[in-house]
Amino acid sequence: MKSLENIIPKLVIAPGLVLGFAFIYGFMVWNGVLSVTASRMLPSYDEFVGLEQYVRLWEMDRWRLALKNLGIFSVLYVGGSMALGMGLAIFLDQKVRLEGVLRTVYLYPMALSFIVTGTAWKWMLNPSLGLEKLMHDLGWASFSFDWLVQSDTAIYCVVIAGIWQSAGFAMALSLAGLRGIDDSIIKAAQMDGASLPRIYWRIILPILRPVVFSTVLVLSHLSIKSFDLVMALTAGGPGYASDVPATFMYVMSFTRGQIGLGAASATMMLATVAAIVVPYLYSELRTKPHER
Amino acid sequence: MLKLSKLAAAVALVVATSAAMAGEVEVLHYWTSGGEAKSVAELKKIMQAKGHTWKDFAVAGGGGDNAATVLKSRVVSGNPPAAAQIKGPAIQEWASEGVLANLDATAKAEKWDNLLPGVVADVMKYKGNYVAAPVNVHRVNWMWANAAVLKKAGVSGAPKTWDEFFAAADKVKKAGLIAVAHGGQNWQDFTTFESVVLGVGGAKFYNDALIKLDPKALTSDTMKKSLETFRKIKSYTDPASPGRDWNLATAMVIQEKAAFQFMGDWAKGEFSAAGKVPGKDYICAAAPGTANAYTFNVDSFAMFKLKDAGAQKAQGDLAASIMGTEFQEVFNLNKGSIPVRLNMSMAKFDDCAKLSSKDFVDTAKTGGLVPSVAHGMAIKPAAEGAIKDAVSQFWNDDKISIASGLANIAKAAATK
Repeated sequence: MKSLENIIPKLVIAPGLVLGFAFIYGFMVWNGVLSVTASRMLPSYDEFVGLEQYVRLWEMDRWRLALKNLGIFSVLYVGGSMALGMGLAIFLDQKVRLEGVLRTVYLYPMALSFIVTGTAWKWMLNPSLGLEKLMHDLGWASFSFDWLVQSDTAIYCVVIAGIWQSAGFAMALSLAGLRGIDDSIIKAAQMDGASLPRIYWRIILPILRPVVFSTVLVLSHLSIKSFDLVMALTAGGPGYASDVPATFMYVMSFTRGQIGLGAASATMMLATVAAIVVPYLYSELRTKPHER
Repeated sequence: MLKLSKLAAAVALVVATSAAMAGEVEVLHYWTSGGEAKSVAELKKIMQAKGHTWKDFAVAGGGGDNAATVLKSRVVSGNPPAAAQIKGPAIQEWASEGVLANLDATAKAEKWDNLLPGVVADVMKYKGNYVAAPVNVHRVNWMWANAAVLKKAGVSGAPKTWDEFFAAADKVKKAGLIAVAHGGQNWQDFTTFESVVLGVGGAKFYNDALIKLDPKALTSDTMKKSLETFRKIKSYTDPASPGRDWNLATAMVIQEKAAFQFMGDWAKGEFSAAGKVPGKDYICAAAPGTANAYTFNVDSFAMFKLKDAGAQKAQGDLAASIMGTEFQEVFNLNKGSIPVRLNMSMAKFDDCAKLSSKDFVDTAKTGGLVPSVAHGMAIKPAAEGAIKDAVSQFWNDDKISIASGLANIAKAAATK
């Protein structure tokens, strides 16, 4: 009996574990193997080329631009969503009227897929369809907003659309955090004569640190794997000016017949995600025993 | 009991024999827009008349990129379709994987070697054996113009040289209209670019620079002049062009918002659909300086190796039907292209197609018939992609100097 009790939980977990290993870690390993082969249109394992694909990858201007774009996008997208979300949460926390309605309004973009967001913003930011045309039609002839069609500003359009989508999510998390703060702490601070901005800066934000941390973690992995938003909004263009690593990987592996090179870039992306997630997991696992 | 089993055996025999005579052809293609879908339906009808079952497998989007992705997964999983729309050097790449069927028997019976120009037949062959059947020929170096807009701007006729072109474009600009309708996607950028190279340097230079990828030609003064001309064209496009689809650019010409477009002859389908008449409402002319040359884009179906005898028979019939006069005529009338089969009557075709057909035959003799790089007919996907990137980047970013544009293209051409 005892042995059966021991076995059953293991039996129940086993299939999931096997599938998880096969389809997550198994494919990671497979991708790694592909990245050291000369695979072109179809995977082939005849020729081992070592790190040649990685060398080629880092020699490509397009890859370096994709990384630079990822840097710009991640920093501005995560920072912008956080700042805007936190700001909105603080305003909503002032016991405003119609809070429920406002909260829903800000949170709704999160319910859309990135494809919808990208397409809608593509129309709005297109100079001959959207905002610029609207202003011209209204009589403001000198108005110009053509970031979407300029090589060096297209990536900022992706940032704008991304923030619009995710600020509500950051707001919801921050608001939940704010609601969890005991009112008496704030009252005590007010009794001591602290101004409202000071209370927020010195007391409330530090209390919210765990919330901020998890929001940043979620947003930053969203930004590294961002693919659909870029595809729908700019398709990596003009030219390849707003390419990011995920779109680069897709183009190389599936349309250019360069599976080896695509696999190498996927490995680089995995390394980037790991660089963010591993330290986080490490710190989480380390602090657990203390709490117990 | 005995009788029943005999009957069953007889039924089985009948089923088996009919299966051996007629088979199922699953055809992967990306012809999904109006005129194209109609064209495919014709092929389906012909195959059904021969008693085969047609299984349509259309994958829309991305100029065939999506279809190629689906095809890869099907082939890797060991379940290829009977035929798939593949063209250019991609045919050789697939053949080198050892998955394509040999069509020599059909080709010999139908005398393909006499019916196809050598340069086109070469694309269909792998190591001397036919592995794909060509469907049509598109001319890529066309320039489309709206006759009413030209008249309004005071331009008489289609410009024949680049100098004439820029003079005409200036007049259009002065008339307050967009001179060049352009869609800013990398293959469209390159469609314009290869017409410019062909117009500035001629067919021999085109061959050296864009097909043989000779570094000397790629950094020559002729190339420099091509890039200057290419950049100058950009100043005549409207700012909203990046990302625009080609058919929307064609619509700008149709709706008299723009004067010219550089695009292959599939653009004609849009004009026809809008009820416009060639020669009267719109003008089709070779891009400036390229009247004696012809960049071709040939669509084709490659056949995959299958085990089922019925399906193999169906493949042979499909290949023969594709090259048959009946299909060649109906299909190309719908699609806007011309038959790939030489010596066909062009009576039912319009003036643009007649001109295209005449030039196709003439340039096949003079050597002016060259494959289009923009449409994946000439060089391997890796180098093609890299060059397209470099050209698009140059087109989109005015801060890149001519010299560094040259260097970037030459560097991209070295991609293996």
